[in-house]
Amino acid sequence: MINFREDFEFNADMPILEMRSLCRNYQLGSVELRVLREITFTINKGQYVAIMGPSGSGKSTLLNLIGCLDRPTSGHYILGGQSVAALDDDDLSVIRGTRIGFVFQSFNLITQLNVVENIEVPMYYQGFTEQESIARAIELANMVGLGDRLEHRPTELSGGQQQRVAIARSLANDPLIILADEPTGNLDSQSGLDILNILDRLHDEGKTLVVVTHDEHIATRAERIIKLFDGRIAEDIYNKR
Amino acid sequence: MALFRLKRTLKLGLKSLWMHRLRSILTTLGVIFGVSSVIAMLAIGEGASRDAQEKIAQLGSRNIIIKTVSPPEDKSSLGQQQRLKEYGLTYDDAERFRGAIPGVRVLVPNRLVSEQVQYRNRRISIEVVGTVPWHPEISPTQIVYGRFLSSVDTHYKQAVCVIGDYVRKELFLFDNPLGQDIRISGDYYRVVGVVNEQTGSDNAPSLAGNSNAQSGGEGGANLGRIYLPLTTVRNRFGDLNIQISSSGPKLERVELQEIIVQVQEIDRVLPTRRSIQTLLSRFHKKNDYEIIVPLELMRQAKEVQRIFTVVLGSIAAISLLVGGIGIMNIMMATVSERTREIGIRRALGAKKRDIIIQFLSETLMLTLCGGILGIGLGMFVPLLVTHFSQMRTVITTGSLILAFGISAAVGIAFGMYPAYRAANMDPIESLRHE
Repeated sequence: MINFREDFEFNADMPILEMRSLCRNYQLGSVELRVLREITFTINKGQYVAIMGPSGSGKSTLLNLIGCLDRPTSGHYILGGQSVAALDDDDLSVIRGTRIGFVFQSFNLITQLNVVENIEVPMYYQGFTEQESIARAIELANMVGLGDRLEHRPTELSGGQQQRVAIARSLANDPLIILADEPTGNLDSQSGLDILNILDRLHDEGKTLVVVTHDEHIATRAERIIKLFDGRIAEDIYNKR
Repeated sequence: MALFRLKRTLKLGLKSLWMHRLRSILTTLGVIFGVSSVIAMLAIGEGASRDAQEKIAQLGSRNIIIKTVSPPEDKSSLGQQQRLKEYGLTYDDAERFRGAIPGVRVLVPNRLVSEQVQYRNRRISIEVVGTVPWHPEISPTQIVYGRFLSSVDTHYKQAVCVIGDYVRKELFLFDNPLGQDIRISGDYYRVVGVVNEQTGSDNAPSLAGNSNAQSGGEGGANLGRIYLPLTTVRNRFGDLNIQISSSGPKLERVELQEIIVQVQEIDRVLPTRRSIQTLLSRFHKKNDYEIIVPLELMRQAKEVQRIFTVVLGSIAAISLLVGGIGIMNIMMATVSERTREIGIRRALGAKKRDIIIQFLSETLMLTLCGGILGIGLGMFVPLLVTHFSQMRTVITTGSLILAFGISAAVGIAFGMYPAYRAANMDPIESLRHE
């Protein structure tokens, strides 16, 4: 076991995420489908990166790899100074729990749990004490403006509120990267705007954000856009804000 | 920390079980009935066997009981029923046992007569036992008041009697019976003692069944006894029994209804039984006796009990297996219903082990709840059985532990596979699951 809880100090220039010649192939019968081919890029601490591309360009696969839900067929993936390409399932779970905060398109809250309990889920698996975990969950809920909805179930919340819970949850273990997959895809424009504002705020606070999206509006808010096409990086643009 | 996680896991489990109340209850029913039937059946079995063993033990484990039975009627005598029937054990038999069989410690010949007994205006039908002064040595009788019969009584054929506690209650209520005269078949007998018979409501072990059928007219309720000196009985009642039946009077001549032999040591019981058998077969051409060995009965009872336990065990195993399959079925459904939740948890840092623990603890909670409720029901059912059928039931702690242990084992065994399935789902797939 590696000690994941120890905190590295990252300089702004040191890459928080580094991918080198990363490939991911799927075996479909006798045909080998090469979804990602030789992906190489780095993301520095505090960057706000949008990953864009048409359907089938390999966005989701890249997202799963970054999120350590999947393992590359070949290549290197270094997250926070730790090579994760060859880790076993348990270690990947720990990496996901401690270094990555997920925000999904369809919120993915657990319906049996209320707001506080949902935010607590990642902390639960990292062995926080009850008091610590509840206190932090409440603090995070307040931060996303849900201080008055602590006991509500996801079904009693609007889409925007649910997504805010999800963002609070993604912050629970103070991850290296917040990984958002179409975070506004299921929201009306006003709620979407709220979510984007929260993401901006997180960026301003120095969080590293990776957002996968179709939406040019989101992309314009990011400081860097990586465009995928046919499993390759087609463009890597830095926005001027 | 660990405590907090355990608490959370249990709380979460309870929550999701509570969300599907009906489903949880229906699932648990299988376990409840399985566990309760195990306990109830074991309780009934245990009760029956203890009953039998106690009754057999009252007969005395070192005793051999030789009883007179009415021999099967031969064809030739069918037409002439009024003829005097002569059969059964004799005083000579008793003498022969005493003389010829080694290792006999005590020998008690008994003459049994069913008679009406009267004290003042109260009258009951009772079994009168003509016996010897050392009768208490072979059966657990306690003298409550006065004394038992003495050799003087026997020698002088005194008109004295010792009554059982039941007779005392029936005839004397609160009066002091000692020194009172009771009337049996026209003669008066003075009560010299009261004994406390520990025989239950009937003295025939039910488990021994037909092999121990009561001889002659004595069968049925044997609630109490009156003991008279054997010599007195022989003198006053004679050896003739007259039965008035629809086909006319029936005359029987029987000297002794039973001879009880007690041997020195318990391993002499079976050899002595064989000697008695050999001896009797030489002098009794008709099959007019039976030999009851409580020790053998006890062994048989234990054997029966063992078979009982095996049968019950198999029934228990089957019913719990069915319950377990039900649980597994439901947990499979639950797992596939909550695929997405599993994906979320995996993405948020849950290891496979965490998912296994989560689902396994849910299954365990179901089965343990079922186990506890089943124990409750299982302790209640024997009460009902006892109440309605007068059958004795004994709930042993062992059966409770066994049933509970089995339900826990079922929970783990049948919860393992669904939990394993849940843990091994691909997180990416499960996150996409609708």
